[in-house]
Amino acid sequence: MALPDILFYLFAFLTLLFGALVVANPFSRNPVTSAMFLVLTICAMAGLFVLLNAFFLAAVQILVYAGAVMVLFLFVIMLLDLKEEQRRKINLFGIVTGTGAVLGLGFLLTRTIWGGDLNQAANPRVIGDTKALGLELFTKGQFLLPFEIVSVLLLVAMVGVILLSKKELK
Amino acid sequence: MNVGLEHYLTVSAMLFCLGLLGVILRRNVLVIYMSLELMLNAANLALVAFSRFNENLTGQMMVFFIITVAAAEVAVGLALIVALYRKRQSAHVEDLTSLKL
Repeated sequence: MALPDILFYLFAFLTLLFGALVVANPFSRNPVTSAMFLVLTICAMAGLFVLLNAFFLAAVQILVYAGAVMVLFLFVIMLLDLKEEQRRKINLFGIVTGTGAVLGLGFLLTRTIWGGDLNQAANPRVIGDTKALGLELFTKGQFLLPFEIVSVLLLVAMVGVILLSKKELK
Repeated sequence: MNVGLEHYLTVSAMLFCLGLLGVILRRNVLVIYMSLELMLNAANLALVAFSRFNENLTGQMMVFFIITVAAAEVAVGLALIVALYRKRQSAHVEDLTSLKL
């Protein structure tokens, strides 16, 4: 097996392991633990991005997700000062039906992925570095309008957050 | 067998299912929100894999925009959670039932 394949299996395993620990950690029910494992999931996923030659997105994934977004999460968790989550009555019916539905969806997705012809290039050589993405974003013209809309969206989100965080909502 | 598009898509599907499981099973609003992020990341992984194996950068541009929108979404969502907590003193979904008829 070639080195990229070994690395793929390693990063895929780490991503899924840490993702499972975000959702259900047998040792701790503290949200901070979940947040830390989410950081690890995102870092392992950045490794997968590198294997897919998406270098720029791997860097952005770590900077924006593992950096900015997770800091926001941790700030809010510590701001809320959640008490140790007391054990509540477990809804067994909900757990069984929910897990069944998710397993069904997973089965359907995997079957579809492995059953059809995916039309993939045998020897892909597209490289998503900063230069290629910049050229795609600014010279093709088809992404200029979405780019501007996203900037307005960020402004709207900022104003909305400030409004929501005011002491009394009018 | 060489690692191809199918392998990446399988990882993406499994990660998506994990996130969905978290949204359904967990009862803490913050953990549910983190599971949502997990699902979003799974979709990103699928898009990047498609982009790579179809030799087309459009998928990566889409992920670029998704990450931007996700950052804005997290900021607004967490502000909503803080506002809710201030009103109810609880981050437990079973205490947030004011929309229930």
